Order: sequence, then structure tokens, then C-alpha cells
Amino acid sequence: MAAGESTLALPTRTPRSEAVGLRYVLHRYARNRLALAGLWVVGLVVGAALLAPVVAPADPAKPDFTNLLQSPSRAHLLGTDDLGRDILSRVIYGARTSLLAGCVSVGLAVLVGLPLGLVSGYYRGPLDNFLMRLTDALLSFPFLVLALAIAAVLGTGLVKAMIAIGIVFTPGFIRLARGQVLSERERTYVEAARALGARDGRILWRHILPNTLSPVLVQASLAMAAAITAEATLSFLGLGTQPPTPSWGSMLNIAQAYLGRAPWLALWPGLAIFLTVLSLNLVGDGLREVLDPRLR
Amino acid sequence: MTRYITRRLLLTIPVLLLVSMVVFTLIALIPGDPALVFAGGEADPEAIEALRRHLGLDRPLVVRYAIWLGHVLRGDLGKSVRDGRPVREVLLLKLPVTVELAVLSLVVSWAIAVPAGVLAAWKRRSVLDYAATTVALAGISIPNFWLGIMLIYLLAVNLRWLPPSGYVEPWIDPARNLQMMVMPATVLGTALAALVMRLLRSSMLEVLGTEYIRTAQAKGLRDRVVLVRHALKNAMIPVATVMGLQLGGLLGGAVITETIFAVPGIGRLAVESILTRDYPMVQGVVLFSAVAIVFVNFAVDVSYSFLDPRIRLVEERR
Repeated sequence: MAAGESTLALPTRTPRSEAVGLRYVLHRYARNRLALAGLWVVGLVVGAALLAPVVAPADPAKPDFTNLLQSPSRAHLLGTDDLGRDILSRVIYGARTSLLAGCVSVGLAVLVGLPLGLVSGYYRGPLDNFLMRLTDALLSFPFLVLALAIAAVLGTGLVKAMIAIGIVFTPGFIRLARGQVLSERERTYVEAARALGARDGRILWRHILPNTLSPVLVQASLAMAAAITAEATLSFLGLGTQPPTPSWGSMLNIAQAYLGRAPWLALWPGLAIFLTVLSLNLVGDGLREVLDPRLR
Repeated sequence: MTRYITRRLLLTIPVLLLVSMVVFTLIALIPGDPALVFAGGEADPEAIEALRRHLGLDRPLVVRYAIWLGHVLRGDLGKSVRDGRPVREVLLLKLPVTVELAVLSLVVSWAIAVPAGVLAAWKRRSVLDYAATTVALAGISIPNFWLGIMLIYLLAVNLRWLPPSGYVEPWIDPARNLQMMVMPATVLGTALAALVMRLLRSSMLEVLGTEYIRTAQAKGLRDRVVLVRHALKNAMIPVATVMGLQLGGLLGGAVITETIFAVPGIGRLAVESILTRDYPMVQGVVLFSAVAIVFVNFAVDVSYSFLDPRIRLVEERR
């Protein structure tokens, strides 16, 4: 430890994080009605996913051959599918799949992308050069085409789909974190910390990281929305979640075949994806408005 | 100018090389022995070994990559495992279909996005602005495969206005072709419209706050002239620079749109070859789409430097 550090406490909180206190953020966020509505819907979906066994009226995987393709009724509020399974229950359980896919794939992208971006931007040099060219290359692929190709290589299944989506999102987080570090590392508080003898690791972890978190949070919420759509797309194409696990994407895949006879099969899972993704986008936009200093 | 173009072109070389490495590695990582797959389960070990040597699978990965890259540079993308047709030939056959879909989708998206973006910025914080931005957000959030299915249900199954799916070449029956492309182009254009509209709105807001717009207004020019001739022209530059991004969205979106509407383009080819494990074809499609985007980005950068000489000057001084 450097001599100065024992006598002089390093500032653990940074200027901007002080200015943007949690209460201030919440207050500003709450003023945006659309963002607040988005948060409510996201909360509702999370609640439904967590309490699925309690709130779902039936077993989502249990076929009932006496009730095939029933239109919405009192017994089955959203109708039944081609195997007589209750659609409401499948939509509720499908929320689990979608949220899990969103959280895991974005979590993976942040866990890999954030440290790589931080190190790349802080040290620059050949590693930075290589990583930037690699992210350039990865960002040149159409998002869905790359996710599909990776999913094809890894094989079918929810876990593999989540890994594929996570890989596709990683370059975006590397670029974002690196960009933040590049501007933060020149600021006075970093210089001060360095002058006080703080090591690189401490500067990155305690000082720069907290200041990169706001844009990462915004990007993560928007990426969650995109990841949920991507998982639904992969499952729709038969490369994601496999039956009998309920997933909104695979429900839509089945629905295609019964569009003329049972359109409700396509309506509800699609509406669930749309509302969840819209709400996450509203939350992301709301967070950006509060956390992005350029918009203030 | 030549110096700038050369410099920019040189910068694309490492990106293209890395793109090729990613594509090659992706397929090389597939578990299982390709020789075993080719030879079938019944083949004897000697035959498999011979096939492995023939396919070059006994060589190190780096050597295999160099050989593959050499073929790719000569335009040889390999042959389809499914029907033995050259990948390049199939790609070139499917390309015009996807290009048609992409152009029509661009027309749809710009026809919606430009007026909506301009009006939203002009009437900032009005009901019109809120309505346009909310609809745009909905457009971004709506999964395009669901929108496709719903349109098929409404316009094809219910109202019977349009054929549900399929494709006819425009030179065989132009009217039928357009009829069949309405739904795919609308689905693909909607998400793009939302993206372009949001971008154009913020870019217009920035331009509308500048001095020269105030001068134009002070001169007594009509709103329409100020908006279209002065503001829109400059506000479109940032929108045009994300053409690469838009193309990425279109190619990615084409995968799903072409599959739903049975349009025989590159997107549907991607899904079909993935589902049938036709890896040379997958490799070809993925490589082709990434290279297309790299070149569109290059073209946009160069044309941008024509439009805005400041960029060229800054780059040349480096």
C-alpha cells in the first residue's frame, strides 16, 4: 500500500454519483408517467413469473384431449391450444422463460463485456486495439443472423439460446464501458486518486466503475427487451426453448398452423411479448432520461 | 480525398479478416466429426480417415483457415451439403429477392418515418409529438414475427385482400409480386420506421435549435420551406450514416419475415440451412451479410465525407 493511503482516505464516492443520489433518481423517474407505467407492467410480469404455480389456473404442460382448441371461455379465460392445454397458464409460465432468457443473456454480456471494456479503455495499447477491431467485426454481423448461427452451432435449447444471445450482446457492452472509461480516466478525481497512490485496480474498481454504471444500467434494460424478443424469435424458429416448456415464441410457432381456426393462439403470447418488451423499453428510456447527463 | 478513401479502405481490411475468422471458427467449433457425417455411420475407419485427409480435416486449424480464406477470396464459398450446389450460386440466386424486399421496406419505413419525425420535432411536446414517439416505441417493441402473423390473419385469412405468403418474380407478374410483397415489406419496414423516426426527431430538434434556422425564420420564410429545405436536409445526415445499422436490421429482420411469408430470399435460406445443418451454406450466408454491412458502412463513410468536408479534413490531419 502506498504511504499516502494510510493517512489520507481516498474518496470512495465520486462527484457524479453524489449529485445523482438514489432519491433524486427515483424522484425524477417517478415524474415520467410512461416510464412509471412501464415499471408497473414489468413488475406485474416479474410477479406472474415468480408466482406462476400459485396464479396459473392449470398445469401448463398437461394435455387435455377433450378440450382441444377451445375458444376463450369461463373455464379457460384465454382458450386452449392444439393439445388442450390452458393458454393463460402457458402465457404465465412463459413469462418465466422470457425473463430468465433476458436476465441470463444480458447478465452474461455485462459480466464479460464490462470488465473487458474497463480494462481495454484504461490500459489502451495492443489489447485495446485488438478488442476494438474484434468488436467492430462482431458488430458487423446482423444481430439476429449471428445469434441464429451461434445457436445453430451450440444446438437447440433455452440455455444455448441464452448463451448465443449473450455472446451477441457482449461487444455492445465492451464498447460502452470502454467509451465511459476513456472519458472518466482523464477526470480530476482519477488523477487525485492516482496522486494519492491508489493502484490501477482500485482506481478502476472503486472510482471508474461506479461512474460507468448508469449508462450500463440503461443499456442493460434496453438489451433485456431485445434479448426477450431474440429468445422468442429463436424459439419461434425452433432453435430456442423446446416443448413442453412453455415459451411465448414456441407458442407462436404452433399458433401459425391454426391461424384460421384458432386465432387466439397467436394473439395472447404475442401480446405478452409486445407488452413486456414495450414496458422494458419504457423503463430503459425513463432511466436514460434520468441518468444520462446529456439529456438533463 | 484519395488519401482518405485509401485510409478508410485499409481500416476495413482487419475488420474483414476478423469477420472471416469469426465465421470460420464458428463452423469449426461445431461438435462432431464432419468426415463421419459425410461418410455416414456405416463407413469403415479407413474410408473415414481418407475422407478426413481429402477434406483437409487432418491439418491444423490455422492451415485450414488459410486454405478456406484462399478459396473465399477467389469467390469459392464451398458447396451445399444438402444438394451439392455451389454456395455462391445459391446466394446470387436469392440475393435479388432480399434486395427487393429490403428496398420496399426502406420505402415503407422512410415514408412513415420522415413526415412523422419532422412533425414530432416541429411540434415538440405536443399531443402529436407524444403520439408519434409512443407509436414509434411500440413499433420498436412489437416482435416482427407476431406482427407478420397478425397481418396474415387480418389481411389474408379474414379479409382475403392479400395472398398469405409466397413469391412471384417481378418480371413475370409485377402486380402479383407487389401484392405479395406488401405484407413482408410492411412488417420489415415498421421496426425500421420507428428507429429512423426517433433518430430523425432528435436530429431535427438539434438542427431546429441552430442560428441559421432562426435566420431563415427571421427572413420570413414559410414554415414548410424552413423545415424541408433548411432543416431536414441537414437533419438527414445522421440518419443516413446509420445505413449500415439499418441494413443490419433489414438483413436480420429478413430472416424472420421471409420465413413467415415464404419469400425465397437470403433470410429464409439462412433459417433453412441452419435447420438442415447445411453448414457451408450457413457459413456463406453469415459471411455474406457481415461483409455487405462492412462495405455499406465504408460507402456511407466515404459519401458522408463528400457531404461534410469537415470529416475528411479531420481524418486527413491525423
